[in-house]
Order: sequence, then C-alpha cells, then structure tokens
Amino acid sequence: MSSTIAVDGQSPGADSSRLTEPLESAVIRFCGDSGDGMQVVGGQMTNASAAFGNDISTFPDFPAEIRAPAGTLAGVSAFQLHFSSHDIYTPGDELDALVVMNPAALKTNLNDLKQGGILIVNEDEFDSSNLNKAGYAPGYNPLRDEALLSRYDVHLVPMTRLTRDAVEGLGLSPKEAARCKNFFALGLAYYLYDRDMSTTKEWIRQRYKKNVAYVEANIRALEGGYNYGYSTEKFLKRFQIPRAQLAPGKYRKITGNEATAWGLVAAAHRAGKRLFYSGYPITPASDILHQLSEMKRFGVRTFQAEDEIAAMTATCGAAFAGEIAVTGSSGPGIVLKGEAINLGVMTELPMVIVDVQRGGPSTGLPTKTEQADLLLAMFGRNSDSPVPIVAAASPSDCFAMAQEAVRIAVQFMTPCFLLTDGYIANGSEPWRIPRLHDLPPIVIKHPQGRTVGTNGSNGQTDNGTPPPFLPYQRDERLVRPWAIPGTPGLEHRIGGIEKRDGTGNIDYSPANHQHMTETRHKKIANIADTIPPQEVVGPKSGELLVISWGGTYGAVLAAVQQCLAAGKSVAHAHLRYLNPFPKNLGDIIRNYQKVLIPELNTGQLRLLIRSAFLVDAQGFNKVQGKPFLIREVVARIHQILEAH
Amino acid sequence: MTQQKQLPVLTPRDFESDQPVRWCPRCGDYSILAQVKKVLPTLGIPREKFVFVSGIGCSSRFPYYLNTYGFHGIHGRAPALATGIKVANPDLQVWVITGDGDALSIGGNHLLHVLRRNLDVKVILFNNQIYGLTKGQYSPTSPFGKKTYSTPMGSVDNPVSPLVFALGCEATFIARSVDIDIQHLTYVIERAAKHRGTAFVEVYQDCNVFNSGAFEYAQDRVKKIDNVVYLEHGKPLLFGKDKKKGIRLDRTTMKPEIVDVSKVAPDDLLFHDEKAEEPTLAFLLARMRYPEFPEPLGVLRAIEKPTYDEMVNAQITEAIEKFGPGDLEKLFNSGDTWTV
Repeated sequence: MSSTIAVDGQSPGADSSRLTEPLESAVIRFCGDSGDGMQVVGGQMTNASAAFGNDISTFPDFPAEIRAPAGTLAGVSAFQLHFSSHDIYTPGDELDALVVMNPAALKTNLNDLKQGGILIVNEDEFDSSNLNKAGYAPGYNPLRDEALLSRYDVHLVPMTRLTRDAVEGLGLSPKEAARCKNFFALGLAYYLYDRDMSTTKEWIRQRYKKNVAYVEANIRALEGGYNYGYSTEKFLKRFQIPRAQLAPGKYRKITGNEATAWGLVAAAHRAGKRLFYSGYPITPASDILHQLSEMKRFGVRTFQAEDEIAAMTATCGAAFAGEIAVTGSSGPGIVLKGEAINLGVMTELPMVIVDVQRGGPSTGLPTKTEQADLLLAMFGRNSDSPVPIVAAASPSDCFAMAQEAVRIAVQFMTPCFLLTDGYIANGSEPWRIPRLHDLPPIVIKHPQGRTVGTNGSNGQTDNGTPPPFLPYQRDERLVRPWAIPGTPGLEHRIGGIEKRDGTGNIDYSPANHQHMTETRHKKIANIADTIPPQEVVGPKSGELLVISWGGTYGAVLAAVQQCLAAGKSVAHAHLRYLNPFPKNLGDIIRNYQKVLIPELNTGQLRLLIRSAFLVDAQGFNKVQGKPFLIREVVARIHQILEAH
Repeated sequence: MTQQKQLPVLTPRDFESDQPVRWCPRCGDYSILAQVKKVLPTLGIPREKFVFVSGIGCSSRFPYYLNTYGFHGIHGRAPALATGIKVANPDLQVWVITGDGDALSIGGNHLLHVLRRNLDVKVILFNNQIYGLTKGQYSPTSPFGKKTYSTPMGSVDNPVSPLVFALGCEATFIARSVDIDIQHLTYVIERAAKHRGTAFVEVYQDCNVFNSGAFEYAQDRVKKIDNVVYLEHGKPLLFGKDKKKGIRLDRTTMKPEIVDVSKVAPDDLLFHDEKAEEPTLAFLLARMRYPEFPEPLGVLRAIEKPTYDEMVNAQITEAIEKFGPGDLEKLFNSGDTWTV
C-alpha cells in the first residue's frame, strides 16, 4: 500500500478531485504523551517548512519530568509550528490544526484550537483506561460529544492500528510498531499542508542507520499517514502555504541555544581567540554546553564543572588566563554564580554569563519560560556591583547578541550578562546565514611583555628599572589592561579585595573605596557610547509607547503593528541593551503620553524604567510559564488607549 | 616545552613582591613562604609562567607576597579558579594555596573534584586546625571537643583528615610536612612542584594567636622524635630515639602496631611504597594519629596518571586531526538550507 503513489519530492496536487486552498500562514500543534515523539515530528515539519522557504516560528512545550506516568495530563508534550508566506514573529495565538495522540493531550490542548479548526485524533488511544487517566468522567468519551464534533472539523483516525498494519512484516514487536505512529501523524500533516517528505525521510535514514528495520518502519509509517490522507475521502481540502518573501540570502533553521553557541564561537573567532565555556547541567541551558562540546575542532574548551559555583569561578580563571571565557545557566544556577560574578566585577576581567531564563523562584517551572531574572542580573550580588546586560529578542538574535556580549566584556574588561529565555532558546526560526567576514571584528590588545622584572634583579638588566606594571591603570574609558599570565615582566596580583587604582594593591582606605565604586559605575555607564541608538517602530511621537525586551519581541511587535494598522497612535521600542540603556531612550520616552511595558514577570523592566526616567510606565504582566499571545497584548493596548 | 632562549638565573629575591607581609609575628606561614621562594628558582621555569591562586583566609594572602602572577580568589573556590587557568593554558605552573577551612569546609567540593580529575596543579593546604582570619572559630580539622569562640562547651564535630580525604579522592600525589621543619618542608614542596598531576601537600602550621601549640608534638625538636615517622620510599618505617621503634602491620587485624626493632626480623616491618597504585597502605598510614601512633611525614603517595588539562587539550588536537580545523562558514551552511 505504501508504494501506490510516488510522493518524494513532488506535489501530488495534480489530483483535481481535491480542493487545494492557498493560505498565508498556518499554525499546527502536535501533542501527545511525552514518550510519543511529538518533539521529533514537530521538529521535522519545521525543517520541511523551513527548507521549502516558509517563514517559521516554533514553540516546543514539554513537561519537566523525562517520562511522567503515561497517559496523564502531567505527561503531555506538545510542539507548535507557525509557518507562513509572510514575516511572522510568534508561533501563533491560536491553532488552525491540532494533532492529538491521546485523551490527556486533547484535554490540555483543545482550548487553543480555533473554532472550526482541524482536529486530528488518534482514536485508538481513547479507551476507558486512558480516558480515566486524563480525568474524564466515567462513561464520557469526548470523541462522541456532539458539541465537540460540531465545533471543530474532527477527523478520527485509528493511527495505532494503521501504523501497525503499515509496518507489518518487518519483524517489529507490537510495541515497537506502535512507536512509529508519530510519523504516521506527521505523514498525515504533510499531506494536509502539502509538504515535501524528502528531508524527513533522509533524517530517518540517518537517525536509524544502525537499524534497517526502523528506517523502513518509520518511512512506511510516514508514507502511510500521507497516503491515508490522499486516499480516504476524509480530507476534502488541503492547503498550500507559498514561500515567504524573506530578504534575499541563504537560510537555515536555528534555535536560540544553537544561535547562542555559534555566536559565542564566532565572537571568539573574530577576536582571534579561543572559547572556554563552563557549565553545570540545567534546563533549559544545557543544549549550549552540548552544542559547544561538539565544537572541539574549533578550539572550544568546555568544562562541565562540579557545580554552578565552580563553573563561574573557572570562567574567572580562564578569563585571567586570556581566553574568551563564558558560562551559561538558568536562574537557579545564576544565583549560585553571583559570588564569582562579583569576583569578575572586582578583578575587572572579561567574561560572559548566559542566563537562559525559566519560570518561577527556586526550582520553579524548569521547562517553562519567563523573563524574571532581569533584576537578578542587575542587582543579584553583594554591594554596588554594576554589570552590563544585553538580551536577545528572538532565536536568531541570540547569534548577534552573544557576539555583542563578548564584545562588551572584552572591550570594557567586565562580566557581561546575556539574557535569553526558554521560549527563544528552544524555539526556532529561519536564520539568514552570514558571511564570516561580515561579522563585526572584536579587537583585543594585550599589553606587551618586557624583559626586566620589577625588582630589577633578573641578572640581565643594565638599563635601569622600568616603572612597575600597573594592572589597574585605566584608559580614557576607564578600562584596565588585560595582561595575561605567561607574559614576561607583567607579573601582578589581582583579587576580590578592594584595591588601589593603578597599582591594584590592597587598599581599604575610605576615599579609595569611594573612588573605586564610582569608577566601576562610570566604566559600565561608558558602554552606552558604544551601543546603537534605540529604534522605534511607528510614529516618533504620539499617545502610547510600548516598550519590551527579550523574547516577547515577536508578540509585542505583532500587536503594535495590528494596532497601527487599525489607526491607533502607538509605537514600539524593543530593548536589546538593558544596562546601560541606549543614550536616546529617555528622549524617546518623553515623546509619548503613555508608556506600556508588557513583561513575563511582575514588572522588572518597568521598575528600572520608572527609576531611570521618572515616568509613570504601566505594566502588562503575565507569569503563566507561557509566552504572550498577540491578542492579549492588543487587548491591553486598547484598554490603555481607551482609559482617560 | 620548547624554551628557546636561555633562562635567566633566578634567586628567591626575584620572587619577592613589593608588598609588606602582614601575617602575625611568628606565624607558621612565614616559613612556608620562605621555603616556596627557595624552591621556585630551582625549577627551571620562567617567573612569568607561575600562577599562585588562593581562596580566603590567612594563608590565602600568600599570592600577594610573591612576584609571580597571582589570583586571590573567593572562599574555597581556588581549585575552580586554578582549573580555568590551567585548562586554558597548560603551559603555566599553577599553585593553589589554601587552609583547612578554605579547602575542607566551604571548598570541600572543589577540592574533591580537582583531586579526582588530576589537574596538574600544586595544592598546599596550611592546616592550623582553626579559623584565624575570622578570629578563632573551630575548623573542620579541629579535634573533637575543641573549645573556641563558637564552641564554648567544646565542638561536637568529628574532624576530617586532609590526607584521608585526598586518598579517598585517589589523588596522585599526597604528602605532609611541618611549617618549621625547614629541610623537610623544602623537600616536600620540591617533590610536589615536580609531580605531574594534582600534588596535595598538608602542612602542619602553627597559628600562634588562636591555636598556639596545636602541633607542638610534631614541631618540638625532642617531642617529635617519638611522635612522627619520616617516610622514605622503599625503606621500613622507623622512628624514636636512634630509630629503635618501627611500625609493623598485624596481618590478622590489618592494623599497624608499634614494635621494638631489635625484637622483630627487619623484613617484618612495614616498608613504605609511595608508588603503590593501590592506596590501601597509604590509607593505613594516613590514619595513624598522635598520640596513639607517630604521624607520618613525607610523601605518602606519588603515582603517574594522565592529567586533566593534558587530556582536555588532547581531545582538541584529536578532533582537529580527525576532522580538520573547524570552518564556521561550512558549519553554518551545513544541513538543510534554502536560498531566497
């Protein structure tokens, strides 16, 4: 049955009995048990859509437990893909199609499906046991509920049975056979949205190259799903989403964590240095460590430390030794790093701290997103301890901001924070592949060695004793020199104790501490001279300015664009530099009557903006472990504009 | 290492920084500093390749007093700092200066991991069994029942033995000496400096302000004769006046016992083997505590194993040899791409 039609690399749209409807964009979500392989098929459809040339945005949403009890609500794993023929900024507010593998997935995801949307259900899993685990009332089966059937375009498909039939004869156990059903579901979605199966088939061949039966089984399941859509009369309509009009260039799909890792390596390369990255395993930052561990032939040294404290302290050590030194973690790890970040502040060594933010205090919501570590990055250390902070706006922007963080760290001899979050770290979008020589160069100058020791007693001096090397002698931007061990004649000592400017010798005197505290602040403030001015989307003045930062960029921009299209007097400023702020930000803010700051926290940027510019900024604060929906932001904008 | 030009002849004075030493008068740290300064110029390593790293505590001020590269870090974290430095640049000789509180209380975790990894650094632990810089609280090596400002009725903590801890981590070099035993200390520091891998040295160090005399039994010229046993590779464990006492292993209880040398066959005595891969005998020696036994001084264990920094960097070389040097543009353009 799997070979009745050839579908590789071509569209079988020639079948004139079916209606193919062109769409601008579509949002589909696959959901099932965490063992059902939903992340895999979601990723595959993303790759196929990206390779086809759509703009894409994805939202993987999975439980913290590796395998919560099968069939339960806690174990539901989902992957949402938004693919489009025009620019999109978010994975989409509501679903056009929902693929559901079990009752628990139906229960937790159905609310997001728009009215009249396509609901594809694996009806084989809707037995009384699974219905019970999902918490449906005894005797109730939602698939037989008239309300459900009339509200959505429902397709009940016996996926488990059909998958078993498709792989029959390959010698797989019933359990192994059933495990291929995710590819059956994917095949059906490929049929529905007219996707090319070849990239996925190639992926299956690579993934299971050690087991020929698995390759054949998964390909048969994929084709089985596709052919099921083609040959049954259930799907009267299929959809086509044309290529997007992206800026010309060569593209690939990239996740935020990939972009961060590559951005760091690119920055080290542009600085003519090697990258040292240390970390301790933590969700959702571990992928950066994995990614960089694979990059040894780029000279990258990775260190999986014994704990977060050691990861940060080793970063200080590597920075002292002259490497591009980076550590990465998420909030629960960043709090532990605070001690050694402050060592970096006092010793004024260059290093980058990547915080892939996640939800909640303490362990919180490990796999869910939030942007609530801004104040931690800003203030989470003892005493006055200024550090620069940059934040990536989207998965691909992590590439640019990782380079910026390195640039700021080495140009100003300071630890620098790069904030991303679980949403953009795991989410993906198209990335226009840059040419290496187009990337900004990073210039580093280490002081040169000299042959005479400070005591002039090396037995080789006859030309007098040179002035001692001054490790804290500052340039016009207040930056001290980066003299690295191994350089003759520049031997010096640094440490966490307050020190005298210039010599770096221990100095506890009152006036010196005042001077050094102010100097550390001024140095960080001087970074503002090197960052691009803030840009605004929309009118240069007007009724409302919406300010956002980090991963909420897409939702807020899309919301403001909708309001602009509706003729509202609203503009958008998205901040990528959070400390120091761009120099023109105050002037921009004063051009609008009102300021709204939507954040996935209780108002952290709002606190900073209010105190920096004495403006009565209002907030829109969501802390549900989920990103903003565009319509939520639109509604809040309307509400503020209407309030007088 | 390829050293192209001839090394300058260095003296201890070349390792002196311009900073005044600020330990209490008669502190044991002075002697340790002096012996380290004596050893450094003899190693044939240019001064700029030394890095001294420390944590927090009296001992941790050490790097300020040496004219090498130095990093006075944070409490307990010196091994982690050293790891970053040494992995980044294996060409440097990195020393960690620490104390009993720094290494075994707040920094116990980092010490464990640096020892098990066998990073090529030299760790000198100044053990004075007290918190000196914070003015006299009991430390993780203070004896049970120790009365201090924070334990007015005596501590109820069992002490940890630095040597036993290091053996538990299977450190490749473990030694012990005493601050004022100048010749012996110089010998042990020199041995540590020349070991490839983590060299762990415990130095009994007198804090004459907060814990004066804690090691008198091992320092006093007369008392120490009966209270310490000097370890020499391949030789029997002998101590006491005219070395008339020895250590024998009771093979039924597997415990050491003190014997009169004249009354046992020489081959019955315990012979020291610092190169033994199996750490059991070293463990037995490390557990010999005053006053029941003489405490061993010298090199307990010195075995060869690949070092962490060497292996990390060898993987880089191997990856480059196997797959060629990384090409970022090639990487960016790999996998599924499309052109608009």
